[in-house]
Amino acid sequence: MTDPRLLLLSPQDNILVAREPIPAGEAVVVGDHPVTLAARLDRGHKIARQAIRTGEKILKYGAPIGSATQAIAIGDSVHIHNIKSDYTATHVIAKPTTEAKP
Amino acid sequence: MSSPMRGYPRADGRKGIRNVVAVAYLVECAHHVSREIVASARDGDVHLIGFPGCYPNAYAQQMMEKLCTHPNIGAVLLLSLGCESFNKFSLADIVEKSGRPVHTLTIQNDGGSLKTIKAGQAWVQEQLAALRDAPTVPMAVEELIIGTVCGGSDGTSGLTGNPAVGRAFDTLVSAGATCIFEETGELIGCEEIMASRAVTPELGDELRASVAKAATYYATLGYGSFAPGNADGGLSTIEEKSMGAYAKSGSSPISGIVKPGTVPPRGGLYLMDVVPDGEVRYGFPNISDTAEIVELIASGSHMTLFVTGRGSVVGSAIAPVIKVCANPDTYRRMEDDMDVDAGRILEGAASLDEVGAEIFELIQSVAAGAQTKSEALGHREFILTYKSFEPAGPACLPS
Repeated sequence: MTDPRLLLLSPQDNILVAREPIPAGEAVVVGDHPVTLAARLDRGHKIARQAIRTGEKILKYGAPIGSATQAIAIGDSVHIHNIKSDYTATHVIAKPTTEAKP
Repeated sequence: MSSPMRGYPRADGRKGIRNVVAVAYLVECAHHVSREIVASARDGDVHLIGFPGCYPNAYAQQMMEKLCTHPNIGAVLLLSLGCESFNKFSLADIVEKSGRPVHTLTIQNDGGSLKTIKAGQAWVQEQLAALRDAPTVPMAVEELIIGTVCGGSDGTSGLTGNPAVGRAFDTLVSAGATCIFEETGELIGCEEIMASRAVTPELGDELRASVAKAATYYATLGYGSFAPGNADGGLSTIEEKSMGAYAKSGSSPISGIVKPGTVPPRGGLYLMDVVPDGEVRYGFPNISDTAEIVELIASGSHMTLFVTGRGSVVGSAIAPVIKVCANPDTYRRMEDDMDVDAGRILEGAASLDEVGAEIFELIQSVAAGAQTKSEALGHREFILTYKSFEPAGPACLPS
């Protein structure tokens, strides 16, 4: 039984979305797999619901939202470090480490 | 339930939910004089709009015509420097024919800054006095045009705020109202499911083509419609952002595609195609959320539903903005800017249907005169830049 803090938006999805922030090191259950979060998972961020191969489509709302750029293990964070757009590249700016997080 | 809606009747049959005096500069050189005129009338509904460019642009000319004859506008003061390309004569003529008081001041002919400011302030005060007792008539939900945008999106936008607005849109459309969603640069990846909702197969093809145009346009510019804050909020790609944004459209059939400034011919759900036609020129299709709000207003929107996760604060000149906050943390941090707390859906404190119904009720009370948070705070953002469009194809609008 998946942790109730993780939302499955569509049965085809290979990711889950955090309904609320979950601290690093916390043990959560994904499907029937116990995993330990390597880093804090912020609200609205994603983790893998299953093992995902390099190049595989990421499915959210049952629709592809990009492709994996590396192998992703179940319970790993799924974000700009390991997936990419199939349309236009995602633009981010490097932040000074001192910036307060909202 | 709010008090019954009443509108200001206009000669073209439309009704306004506000009675605003617009002060419009027709080139950046007349901006300061216009701002001084508006600043002297803070207590009245006097809003600053304008176009900064000195070179002619058919899109900007049409946008200014549509904005100055928007149902929420009661009178218009035009501010010209005197040597710019903007056709102030044609604009003044169109406003006058719409039955509204209009006056043009030309700084080079009217004695320079100070004298023009004084003359403009006096004209605005006369209009405010005349509009004070303007008659109103009953107004029905089916007479409303409601636009929606999202901005400052995060991973919660597509879970709470956008689908809740979609529920409100479904209620509005079934009541006969007109709803407009956008923008094609943030619908990339949604083209097939969107096309399947078109009322005709030909319109479905036009919907696909509009998204393909946006994808090409943004690819040429090198950036998608995706800001660094979107990634901070958990969104990884433009397709992911699009899927969330698409939820604002609800589930009604799509009746047509409008370009900025085109008023939908009848009730139903419409997509606004904001991406210019032809070769890429003049830069990004919408340089900020405000540009999209202004385009929705030019197409007749009485108000705009703005869904935000990260926390936008903007309002708008001419038409109120209702802020729907998707993220409960953002709501707690910025409550003074937010009209609707849709993030409580994530915390199990409300359902999508309940928040959708709350938005529908709020639309009616704002139409009846209640101020939104951004209105009360004096947010009256406005921006208009160069673009070029070709007329929409025959399949785009219902016959």
